Amino acid sequence: MNIVDFLLQHSPALIVAIPLLGAFLTPLVSRLNDKARNIFVILTLGLTTSIVFLLASDVFAGNIHTYAFGSQDLALPIVRILFEVDAMSAFMTIIGTILALVSVIYSWAFIKENTGLDKYYTLILLMTAGMFGMMLTGDMFNFFVFLEITSIASCALIAFWTNKGKAVEAGFKYIVISTIGALFILFAIALLYGQYNALNIATLASVIQFSFLDKIALVLLIAALAMKAGIVPMHMWLPDAYGRAPAPVTIILIGATQASLYGVFRVCFTLYGNTINLTPVSIGWILVLLGLITMLLGVAMALIQSDFKRLIAFSAVAEIGYMFLGVGAGLTVLGNTEMMAAIGSSAMSGGVFHIMNDALDVGLLFLVAGAVYYATRETSLDKLGGLARNMKYTTVFFIIGLLAVSGMPPMNGFASKLLIYESTFQLNPILSIVAILSSIMLLAVFVKVFHSAFLGPALPKFKDVKEVPKSMLIAMGIIASIIIVFGLFPELIVSNIVEPAVNALISYGDYIREVIPTFTGGM
Amino acid sequence: MIFNIPFIAVAALILIGLYAIIFRRNLIKMVIGITLIESGVNLFLITLGYREGSVAPIFTSLPTGTTVPEGMAFPVPQALTLTSIVIGVAVLALMLSLIIHIYRHYGTLDVRKIGGGEE
Repeated sequence: MNIVDFLLQHSPALIVAIPLLGAFLTPLVSRLNDKARNIFVILTLGLTTSIVFLLASDVFAGNIHTYAFGSQDLALPIVRILFEVDAMSAFMTIIGTILALVSVIYSWAFIKENTGLDKYYTLILLMTAGMFGMMLTGDMFNFFVFLEITSIASCALIAFWTNKGKAVEAGFKYIVISTIGALFILFAIALLYGQYNALNIATLASVIQFSFLDKIALVLLIAALAMKAGIVPMHMWLPDAYGRAPAPVTIILIGATQASLYGVFRVCFTLYGNTINLTPVSIGWILVLLGLITMLLGVAMALIQSDFKRLIAFSAVAEIGYMFLGVGAGLTVLGNTEMMAAIGSSAMSGGVFHIMNDALDVGLLFLVAGAVYYATRETSLDKLGGLARNMKYTTVFFIIGLLAVSGMPPMNGFASKLLIYESTFQLNPILSIVAILSSIMLLAVFVKVFHSAFLGPALPKFKDVKEVPKSMLIAMGIIASIIIVFGLFPELIVSNIVEPAVNALISYGDYIREVIPTFTGGM
Repeated sequence: MIFNIPFIAVAALILIGLYAIIFRRNLIKMVIGITLIESGVNLFLITLGYREGSVAPIFTSLPTGTTVPEGMAFPVPQALTLTSIVIGVAVLALMLSLIIHIYRHYGTLDVRKIGGGEE
């Protein structure tokens, strides 16, 4: 057996284990010196990234990977934890790994002047490990554990600047929200375990009956995970957390939020896949409705913000609405093969593709806001102005992010939003009208920001502002180039990465059959 | 009825916890509310661990005539509860340390008074 096969076979475990081990080695390495620590962290995540791509390339070719910790014997289903990687999980890990790698490259210069950096990097790696765990696991309780690991690490990172009262307050708000959410997820898991004696997602999905208790569990799971994903009306923690955290933390936080979003989709499509459309009002329509409210409220709130990072945070809320709209529209027709082929699969392609685009676009904007803060120590848009003179590259990156986030061609945001508009129009024209309207308002929001921060007369207090250091430019450049490539060749991405992920969600039977070979339902 | 008492206790603990989080103004009392919810969920898990007619899964003191392993309750909920308690301790410590920082900045624990003012 050669080394590549070995890595591939153990990759689901390694993707979580390498950042986890790296996290606890970081304090030791930082005893040597700061540079060695930074290189060590980047190498750790680089290694993880290469394994993620190795695994993803195999999964996209059509193999579902399972990895059992503990008993390999199928007769004892509970004495083990199972990782199960289908194309959707692989898709999410690719997003997570890009964000994590960019974040540590950006951190090199951005966070240099702070103390306590060994803890900072330890927490970043822990958060990344937790995020990967949420995306890869095939076990409900394991999902809860990784959710808590991610919450604890990200809460400590949001409150990293403890000298600022508001950052600590945002961190406290985040930990209260995520702990309550996680406890209700645990309660729902207990409800499921009490009835079916199983914790494995595939095992549960094969026997689920949609009894009264199952409905309670479904509501608790969706509500708690949607709260963690920042859906209106449970979004109040998100602008604080995104706005107060250091910029490189925010970009991983986007990944952690999307891991919760992945949880919603996994619960709706896989765990309850067989039974979810037995209700008189489809859960899909509820997701669509939540998506619409999220879009409108997010954009409306973004219009009136005067703080750079809070403004981007509210537009990030709006962007999450698009994913709920696209995937929710797909969920309404789950189980109906004709409608799924006509509308559902392209709506879901748009929604799933938008998960990646949102991470890149909003991530880039947050990095630009961080760069502006680094150069000027100012985040209020009322006090900024004329920065395009001194920060050429940052301005270019901001324009790219601006066009991408508001869905303008030729950026990647356009590709996914067009898919959503087209398919939801056939479902109900109002859906796509609202989606286009909020997209236009997003453009208005960011044109305002562009004008007030980068254009205008040169302000005397920003006369000495310099372009930000190289590591931050490299990090922003990586994301910007991915955005442009995705925007120019959307077809390539959709057919190679997005469609396998969408098919993995739709054909939940394959996910179940990987563990329970005798299962017959599913598409 | 008597067998339902654990479930009634679970519901009471979770509701009291939610009441404390929503209506109490003091940060410490909110944290106590979260701890109450956690105890409620843990109690729920432990209660689920008992299956009718089965015995505790302790190999050395099994009653005679027990079939192994069908006659024993599976000890998974206990393992889940232990994990949940460990996570709860970490979260509790983190929340209390954040409260210390908040008190240093604002000089109060009243949720209505913190968060205002410039940085």
